[in-house]
Amino acid sequence: MKEFKILAVIIALVGITYYGIEPYAHSVMHPEVAAADFTFKDVKNVDTSLAGNAENGKVLVEANCIACHAIESASHPQMMPNADAAAAYGVTPPDLSHAGRIYDKNYLANFIFDPVSAMHLQHKFGPDTGKTFPMPSYNWMTPQEIMDVVAYLQSIAPKVAEGKEGHKVTFEAACGRCHSMKYAGIEATTPTENLKTYMGATPPDLSQHIKSRGEHYLHSFINDPQVLLHGTAMPRVGLTEEAQEEVITYMEEIGDSKKAERETVGLWVMLYSVVFALFAFLWKRKIWEEVH
Amino acid sequence: MAEFKKANSMGEWFDQRLGVVNFSKVMMTEYWIPKEINFLWAMGMILAVMFKLLLISGIFLLMYYKPDVNMAFDSVNYTIMQDVAYGWLFRHIHAVGASVIFLIIYIHMFTGIYYGSYKKGREMIWISGMLLFMLFSAEGFSGYMLPWGQMSYWAAYVITEIFGGIPVIGGDLVVWIRGNFYVADATLTRFFMLHVLLIPLAILGAIAFHFYALRFPHVNNESGEFFDYEEEAEKFKAGDKKGAKVIPFWPVFLSKDVFVLGVFLIFFFYLVFFHYGFAMDPINFDKADGLKTPAHIYPEWYFLWSYEVLRGWFFEIAGVSGKDLGLMAFGFANAIFLVMPWLDRSPMVKPANQRPYFKYWFWLMIADLMVLTEFGKLPPTGPNAWVGFGASLTFLVLFIALPFITKAEAKKVGGK
Ligand code: HEC
Ligand code: HEC
Ligand code: HEM
Repeated sequence: MKEFKILAVIIALVGITYYGIEPYAHSVMHPEVAAADFTFKDVKNVDTSLAGNAENGKVLVEANCIACHAIESASHPQMMPNADAAAAYGVTPPDLSHAGRIYDKNYLANFIFDPVSAMHLQHKFGPDTGKTFPMPSYNWMTPQEIMDVVAYLQSIAPKVAEGKEGHKVTFEAACGRCHSMKYAGIEATTPTENLKTYMGATPPDLSQHIKSRGEHYLHSFINDPQVLLHGTAMPRVGLTEEAQEEVITYMEEIGDSKKAERETVGLWVMLYSVVFALFAFLWKRKIWEEVH
Repeated sequence: MAEFKKANSMGEWFDQRLGVVNFSKVMMTEYWIPKEINFLWAMGMILAVMFKLLLISGIFLLMYYKPDVNMAFDSVNYTIMQDVAYGWLFRHIHAVGASVIFLIIYIHMFTGIYYGSYKKGREMIWISGMLLFMLFSAEGFSGYMLPWGQMSYWAAYVITEIFGGIPVIGGDLVVWIRGNFYVADATLTRFFMLHVLLIPLAILGAIAFHFYALRFPHVNNESGEFFDYEEEAEKFKAGDKKGAKVIPFWPVFLSKDVFVLGVFLIFFFYLVFFHYGFAMDPINFDKADGLKTPAHIYPEWYFLWSYEVLRGWFFEIAGVSGKDLGLMAFGFANAIFLVMPWLDRSPMVKPANQRPYFKYWFWLMIADLMVLTEFGKLPPTGPNAWVGFGASLTFLVLFIALPFITKAEAKKVGGK
């Protein structure tokens, strides 16, 4: 039928144009990058096959870490208020209560051994930048000791983070020292002025990044920011795939909170339109029978 | 005042006062439309419905939107999208609707060109249609600025900057349009006024004018045939509904429109709920920042072709800078469709495919617009810049050649 032929021509022309300006143009402007690596296999200073001893780790953590880091879950409160800590170290050191769960084991061990190389921040804190990273390298510890610290952090971390509240905890633990999220009422623990000096760039408010960057981008960006924004000041944070999913889900729960409603209402409205079109067709047929 | 008898029914009561019986005859049951039409003739009604949807969703958005550079972004992305009940629905309908209305406008326009519905008495329909196209362009552009995202800001910056190329007054003109030396609060507030008051008013007027312009020449039909409407209408009224070449607007024409509308709405609502990224650019969910230029700046898809006509001229020719050449080409591209009825010198009113020369012209023009649209989005680097230049040049040549092509056609068909 002629009308179908016309429709086919229009669909073809619109389809080609759409393909060109949407999927194709985006693939040109944002080329695919290497897949996210959640094993962090590029850092291998510490033999992570060693079984850690949490008892011993507890002693090491209490001797080395709690001067800077709070660990609320093990009753080690913060030594000083956020602002003072930020003034002292450049950025407020995060609470380590969740560290054993949210960070990948291999990443965490190697981070303790040498934070700068694990975070991929050699361009900011390398030997010839004249800057030192605020957290010392514990490369003087034996691999066994480092694995003990890891084992201890794992032993005190809650095992799961469920629901929106749980996702929020993960977000705050992983990103909260630098990023605010206005639409969730979350303010970065480090004051803005300190961040600007420390990072050389202001970490953006993440309320709408689920929309502006999208899940796909965030998936590789959080795993390793340098891949997409070469030379950026944001560190690789070393989250496990699961913890990263929680963070992204939280960004969606805050940034696109009506998604579920949109999808259900959408189905009903489309169903309504189909019924409407059907009745309209029957009416049209009845009326046109008289004139054809 | 005439004497009023007591009315026997509500209908009669209204008829005495408003003449509704005659009115509905003139506007509906005896407003004659040719029978030989396909679904492309329903695009006008779809446009009218889309405009209504935009108006209603816009009114709801207006209740919460704040035209202030410090509040606009959050009033849209937080208050409307996440706080107010179904605010997101109105925004999605509005944003997707604004994009889709252009798709339908283009289909409607090219249908007009394909069937030659702009000449031999239909010039004013075409002119009023182009007036609508220009008003909708201004409406789309001013509306895109309101969420105050990165693309709002930078598209506004780039497009207002274009006026700076106009000789002598350019610089002052840009400042006059922006209300400041750069795109700022004053710019946002005045574009807000244009978007919610002045342009919609003008559009309402232009739609009325467009409909009125359809009245005397009547709409065209699939074969371009001219016939005596009075005669055909008499046939229809006498009961020869099958033989008559006309149908009344109500209910026959509208029943088809409503069906086409129904199918269209399935597609439209699919986009609204599940596939809206093309109309709500991700980059616009970053708040406007005048110090941070996005890597790629591009206008909404429906402006891409004319943007590429502008961008295609990137090198100096005979002492005239690429920028000036681009500006001239851009001005030409935006004005040329308006004089379409006078560029087509062939008297033939027939579907393009039945016209010996025009058919090549028509499909070339469509292909060229598609190429321009595509390359208007791609980064203008390397070979892309040359393709853009080629397509931009082709556009100009096509329209300059049109009078000659159609003149030759007129000769060939011997004035038929
Ligand atoms: C001198 C203070 C200081 C000491 C001591 C210290 N840290 Fe840190 N730590 C920091 C600071 C500051 C940061 C945040 C750095 C940044 O984000 O740039 C940090 C970050 C971290 C992180 C987050 C890593 C990531 O990928 O986001 C972990 C885990 C951590 N420290 C563990 C430890 C452990 C375990 C110890 C003890 C062995 C320790 N820290 C000792 C200051 C310290
Ligand atoms: C030590 C501070 C720090 C931490 C911790 C941090 N970020 Fe960032 N982030 C930054 C900085 C600084 C930037 C700005 C980078 C730039 O513009 O180069 C940034 C930028 C971003 C961006 C924007 C990237 C873009 O395309 O512009 C996203 C998204 C982001 N961070 C997500 C996260 C998430 C999610 C986390 C937690 C898992 C996190 N960040 C943890 C400092 C941090
Ligand atoms: C929102 C904007 C518009 C609305 C609401 C609208 C509405 C309509 C309607 C209802 C018709 C009659 C039915 C039909 O043929 O589809 C029509 C016809 C027409 N319109 Fe539009 N229109 C709009 C924009 C335009 C534009 C931008 C153009 C192009 C310049 C245009 C050109 C025409 C022409 C040439 C006809 C006559 C078609 C024929 O005779 O076959 N219109 N319009």
